[in-house]
Parts: sequence; C-alpha cells; structure tokens
Amino acid sequence: MSLLDTPLWEVVKGSFAAEVWDKIAPAVFETLYMTAIASLITLVFGLALGILLTVTNPDGLLPLKMFYNLSGWLINILRSLPQMVMIILMIPVARVLFGKSYGTNPCMVAIAACCIPMYARIVESSILEISKGKIEAAKSMGSTNTQIIVRVLLPETLPSLIRGFTVAIIAVLSMTALAGMFGAGGVGDIAVRFGYQRFQHDVLFAAVYVLIALVQIIQFCGNFASKRIIKKRNLI
Amino acid sequence: MSDVVLEVSGVSRTYYDDKKNAVEALRDIGLTVSRGEFVTFIGSSGCGKTTLLRLIAGLDEPQSGKLLLYGMEISGANPNRGYVVQQGGLFPWLSVWDNIAYGLKVRGQYRKHKADVAKYVRLIGLEGFEKSFPHQISGGMAQRVAIARALINEPELLLLDEPMGALDSFTRADIQDKLLELHRESGATMLLVTHDVDEAIFLSDRIFIMTPRPGKIKHILRVSIPHPRHRGGVDFFSLRRDILEQLELASAMPQPEYKI
Repeated sequence: MSLLDTPLWEVVKGSFAAEVWDKIAPAVFETLYMTAIASLITLVFGLALGILLTVTNPDGLLPLKMFYNLSGWLINILRSLPQMVMIILMIPVARVLFGKSYGTNPCMVAIAACCIPMYARIVESSILEISKGKIEAAKSMGSTNTQIIVRVLLPETLPSLIRGFTVAIIAVLSMTALAGMFGAGGVGDIAVRFGYQRFQHDVLFAAVYVLIALVQIIQFCGNFASKRIIKKRNLI
Repeated sequence: MSDVVLEVSGVSRTYYDDKKNAVEALRDIGLTVSRGEFVTFIGSSGCGKTTLLRLIAGLDEPQSGKLLLYGMEISGANPNRGYVVQQGGLFPWLSVWDNIAYGLKVRGQYRKHKADVAKYVRLIGLEGFEKSFPHQISGGMAQRVAIARALINEPELLLLDEPMGALDSFTRADIQDKLLELHRESGATMLLVTHDVDEAIFLSDRIFIMTPRPGKIKHILRVSIPHPRHRGGVDFFSLRRDILEQLELASAMPQPEYKI
C-alpha cells in the first residue's frame, strides 16, 4: 500500500496486516541482534577506554600524559566523523575482518567504531564527577589503584554509567538503521527498500512502530535500573 | 610519651593558582609528635593546617623538607595514617558495617578480623545500625563511622581534618567525648585540624597555633588540664583567652579616654 494512492487511515490499518509483519519479522531480529552485540562491544570497550582516560588523566590515579593525550586525540577524530562516513570508511576494515563488506556482522565494525568513543566520553565525564575526598579516603585505607576502580569508581558512578549506556544503546540502534542502507539488513534496510524505493508505506510504518517500541523499552529499562540504585542510596 | 612518632622538619609547600600566582601554604614547618599524643592545629582559614595534614597523610608532597614517621620518610597514602575528612567521606553504596570493614577487605584481612568490625561498631555506639546506609543515619553518626573506618586499620596516626566542622554544637560535643574515649581505647596518636578553640582545648595535649600567608606555626601551647575537662571550667577559660589572643581574635580592651 502506498500513500500515493491510498488514504492515510487505510495505510495505517494495512500496516498491522499479518503479511507486512511477516516481511519485517526477520529484519526485526537482525536489528535486535545487531543492537545487542554492538551494544555489548560498546559497553566493554567504551567502559575500558573511559576508565583508562580518567585513570591516566594528569590529575588521575596513574597520570600518563602521553597515553591520555593520544587516546583523547584518537577519540576526538573518531567522534568527528559522521555515522554515514564512518560506515563507508569501515567497509575495507570489515572486509579484512569478515571477508565481506556487507551484511550484519561487518556493519557492526562501523557501529562499534562510532559508539565506543561516544560511550568512553560519557564514562569519563561520569567518573570525573566523583569527589576527590572519596578517592583519597579509599587510598588512605590502603586500596590499590585497581581496588579504587572496582570498589569506588564503578559503584559510585553506576547510576550515571547505566543512564549513559542507555543513551549509547539508542545511538547504536539508530545507527543500525542507517547501516541498513549499506547492506546490514535490519529495520533500516526494510524502511529503505520498501518505504523509499517501492512506496510500500504500510511496511515503512510497521518499521517505525518497531523502532519507537524498542527505544521506549530501552529507555524504560535504563531509567528503571538507575532509579532503583539511586533510590537505594537515597540520592534523590 | 617520649618516643617520637612523627617528625616534620623544614617543610614548605607552595601552590600556584590559575594565573601562576604563588600561594605559600606552608613555610618551613618543623614539629614532632610523640606516641599517644593528641595534637591540634588551629588557625584561620588559609593558614595551611589542612595542607599540613594532607602532607602527613601522603596525599600531597612538600617542595622541601622532610616528613618522617618513625624515622621513615612518608611517601604516598598508607593505612598506617588514617585520614578523616569533614563530611561526605563515606561510601554511600555501602552499609555502615561494610564502610567500616572496607579497609580490612581491601587488604584481605576481613575474614581474620571480622570481630574488629563488631568491636568498632560497639565503640562508636552504632549497634543496630550495621545494615543502615550512610543516608539513613545522622551527620554525627556518619562522622563516627568515618572515624571507626580509619581506626580499624590500627593506624599509627589518626588525621582528623575538621571532622566536626559540619555538625551542630550538641552533636559536636558528643563526638568530642567519643573521640577522647577512642583515643584512650585505641592508644592511637591523633592529629586534629580545627578552627574551634573550645574543641582544641577540650581534646588536645598540645595545640599548635598557626598563622596564614605564609602558613607558619606561631605558638605551641601545652594543655595540662586533667581529663575529664570541664567545658565551662576556669582553667578552660583562661586558656581560651590565651589562644584567642594568639589568634588575634580577642577584641582589644577599650582604652580609657582620659589623659593626665
């Protein structure tokens, strides 16, 4: 069904038809798969990079000016590339890693390259907000640097790390849709192929519902988790 | 009382602000503290008393001079120098029990010394609050937890940076009593930074009066009033007057207006 020849209401009704959902169901799974794996990669590497950035900060636990400047510089370069440019740029890298430049897995390279630096910056800014007094108290009780990271920095920033991660997952999701244009599959691919190229607006609408629902669920879970922790500590 | 725990000689520390102006926080500080002593540093803000305490804690380094703990040079923070800050030092995600046990846990001695945690909970009078979180207890209780958390590591020195600065005067008196009890009980050498003259007299064996710009020790006063000290006693007040004069806070007596 197209908006060109069918009234809006009919298209909306048509977007709930079983055959439309049969078409997009595999794409939804592809999107979920890409989002889950890419978010996990973002979480692990972004967290590690963010912690390294704060620890090697000139005022940090283990000042390493060279490393700090170098990684800060690298992050800024990666952050300055628009998502689409990053996807195109990562095509040869994906070819080296996976042997092909299209498909779900290769596109995750580009998604990770875009979202890891972003989450690293979020982690960094969260950790930098911790009062120095707490870190000094931990030091004067005999904590090693690793213990300070695991026992003080992470638990203290957990609520904001979770909120930041929610933002990161949604960024990953939106990027999977963009990657759909470059052969990654998923809901974005559906939107382009059916909604844009074939004017099948009912399919496009269905894809939009899925994206809206996914973002709502992700945001709800993130808010719920961070609020629970904050409430337990009575910070609000 | 004769063996020296801490020896500070010729210590200077200058900070530079954003405009590269030098702020001389400490100039040529020298002092010794004996085992089991309770020593107080008093002075107006900016006299370097907190800087001195941070140097002793190993959280900062002097530009010149030496700080020796039992003859060994102090470098870096160490649990043998417990450090308590004015407020907000507790970990909000840990219960009272876990806050106190933190030092034992990070040094892998929790299993062996679990009874110590219970002992300190009892000493600070917080039985029944072990499972409470820092936000669920009062500011005074939180400071008692902070002190217990430092004492459980059995430090040679307990460094107290205005631990009662943010409390009301009733709670403050209560913690002062507790602190004396803990001092007696643990035998730890305690160094307190404060700007409260009464607190200094009530607690200390010796009072170091400091003056700002540059931070220097102006005068050392021995308090020989026997414990328990009466906060309203005559000897208390005469000492108070001496300190206020040293701090140049006692207002001058009005001069008679007539001449011969």
